[in-house]
Amino acid sequence: MNAIRPPSALREGALAFLARYDGLKARLPGDPALRAAAAELFRAGGLPGPREEAWRYTFLRPLVEQEFHEPLVPLADCGPLLARLPAIDAPRLVFVDGRYRGDLSVPPVQAMVTTGAPALGPLARPESEKMVALNTMLAEDGAEIAVPAGVDAGTLLLVSLGTDAHGRAVAFHPRHAVHLAAGARLTLIEICMGEGAYLHNPVLSATIEAGATLTHLRLQDEAKGAFHLSTVYADVAEGGTYDSFALNLGARLARMEVHARLAGPGAAAHLNAAQLLSGNQHGDFTTVVAHDAPNTQSRQTVKNVLTGNARGVFQGKIEVARAAQKTDGYQMNQALLLSPGAEINCKPQLEIYADDVKCSHGATVGELDAAQLFYLRSRGVPEAEARAILVRAFLSEALDPITHEAGRAALEQAVAAWWETQAA
Amino acid sequence: MLEIKGLTAEIDGKQILRGIDLVVPDGEVHAIMGPNGSGKSTLGYVLAGRDGYEVTGGTATFDGVDILAMEPEQRAAAGLFLAFQYPVELPGVNNANFLRTALNAIRRAHGEAELDAVQFLKLARAESKRLSMPEDTLKRNVNVGFSGGEKKRNEVLQMALLRPRIAILDETDSGLDIDALKIVADGVNALRGPAFSALVITHYQRLLDHIVPDRVHVLAGGRIIRSGGPELAHALEAEGYAAMVAEAA
Repeated sequence: MNAIRPPSALREGALAFLARYDGLKARLPGDPALRAAAAELFRAGGLPGPREEAWRYTFLRPLVEQEFHEPLVPLADCGPLLARLPAIDAPRLVFVDGRYRGDLSVPPVQAMVTTGAPALGPLARPESEKMVALNTMLAEDGAEIAVPAGVDAGTLLLVSLGTDAHGRAVAFHPRHAVHLAAGARLTLIEICMGEGAYLHNPVLSATIEAGATLTHLRLQDEAKGAFHLSTVYADVAEGGTYDSFALNLGARLARMEVHARLAGPGAAAHLNAAQLLSGNQHGDFTTVVAHDAPNTQSRQTVKNVLTGNARGVFQGKIEVARAAQKTDGYQMNQALLLSPGAEINCKPQLEIYADDVKCSHGATVGELDAAQLFYLRSRGVPEAEARAILVRAFLSEALDPITHEAGRAALEQAVAAWWETQAA
Repeated sequence: MLEIKGLTAEIDGKQILRGIDLVVPDGEVHAIMGPNGSGKSTLGYVLAGRDGYEVTGGTATFDGVDILAMEPEQRAAAGLFLAFQYPVELPGVNNANFLRTALNAIRRAHGEAELDAVQFLKLARAESKRLSMPEDTLKRNVNVGFSGGEKKRNEVLQMALLRPRIAILDETDSGLDIDALKIVADGVNALRGPAFSALVITHYQRLLDHIVPDRVHVLAGGRIIRSGGPELAHALEAEGYAAMVAEAA
């Protein structure tokens, strides 16, 4: 067994990021004061480590063992990556190695988009989330997306491509913000793909005003050698909805962290997810849902399919403030372990200060059901196909509620492709 | 033709089948009756290839081919079908997709063209209507929320679509009311013909009034202790198993 590793590795990793900040700060766009404040936080706090409750199961040692550099190739060729993008007929904002590429993008008509500088947004908390402090310190670019009141802006793709055009690992920290004015609607399909080794550390804050709905479908399909550490903040006002699904299947180490705050009466958040992990991958889906107003609703269905020596983490915290009476919170985490070496760590946390609420949570861990497998095979279905059917069935509670047809098709396709590589 | 010779099998080291000898020629329907725990369901599972049932001796061939060496899906492709006593629920699997996947897997194994969704649905709707199944049967998840009778009819629907050459029906009559029993029996009788045979496992004479067997076998203690014509089932119904088992011991 390994003893707890000395935190000095993390400290050294943090120093490398600080050195980069010190070298770059004069040329980075945006408000230097905010950046300096984040740098001070990061200098004091460093990278998150296993001694913190929120990072107990995800250790960033592999990240600090990798040396990251500045992405220097301004127009990296990403033709092969673009060809792999799901065919969704919608406007798109494409970021390559963290920088906006107007030549590859098709801006939306119904939403206003600003790029060229980090879109800091009002929600991020660099003082609490260390990866967000890092992002704020080093963010160079991002998209600010605004949908006016009452407008249905349709579908927008937000694409991140990580390339190996630099000949060495690069790190990028894009910073995005979405603002939906009252009654506005948007389906944001976020796709992360890449080649080689890199760190993608994006932060997105979504402000959803009264009666607005943001549907946020996320496909994390980063390169096998990549690190993906993302943080999303979503604030939902009265009667608004943040409806999200995240598919966590790429990268060697990935953490998708989501903070949703139900700030107004009747606000709702759906934080569904599936993690499909194999080999030595580590995947983490961490949520914090704050019910701050009465009659708010949250739903989380998280499915994990783990093979090889993969490790999955789900941490789900539900906080119900004293004022948030009639809160309806539901959280379910289920894992299918397809090999003896696979592991799932599941940590539900409920903090309830109101007295008239309905909150439930549950977790299950199991293997494929032998009786179901035999039933399918006895009907002539070959074993590999029978297993694929049962894995897809296991995911259905998380995938089926996705109403956006093209988005769901793209996610289904990614699931099927993942399974094919497992079976091969 | 199904030929079973001296078949012995065990579960978790416990011997259940103690030497089964049975021949079911093409075109014939044979019934297997017997008390609880006599090995009837085990025989069905062993023939269909379920894990955990270890064959310790004997042979089972279909048209001269050793089926015990085959994977369950190969047995299905060879024309063997087991209607489960307790059909398995598959949450998240749409019944129509399930049926089409199974049918196409078997068609593929036979070198036949697969059916597309339209061709399949036409066929499946006709068959499910014939079995008086509710309209939403094909849209629901496999066996999920089905009543006991609906599950059994769903088994017969699968059989009707897959058109096996030999069907083993494991207590398909249990949990059925008289109307459903008749529908299920009609489903089986519709398949009868020179190229179809069946092994009907049942506790009761009732089903055999509707599916009239060519032969009846009594299974007790893992062996067939008596065989006869359809009249044997009537004798059992009148006298019970105890006397016959005592006589054979």
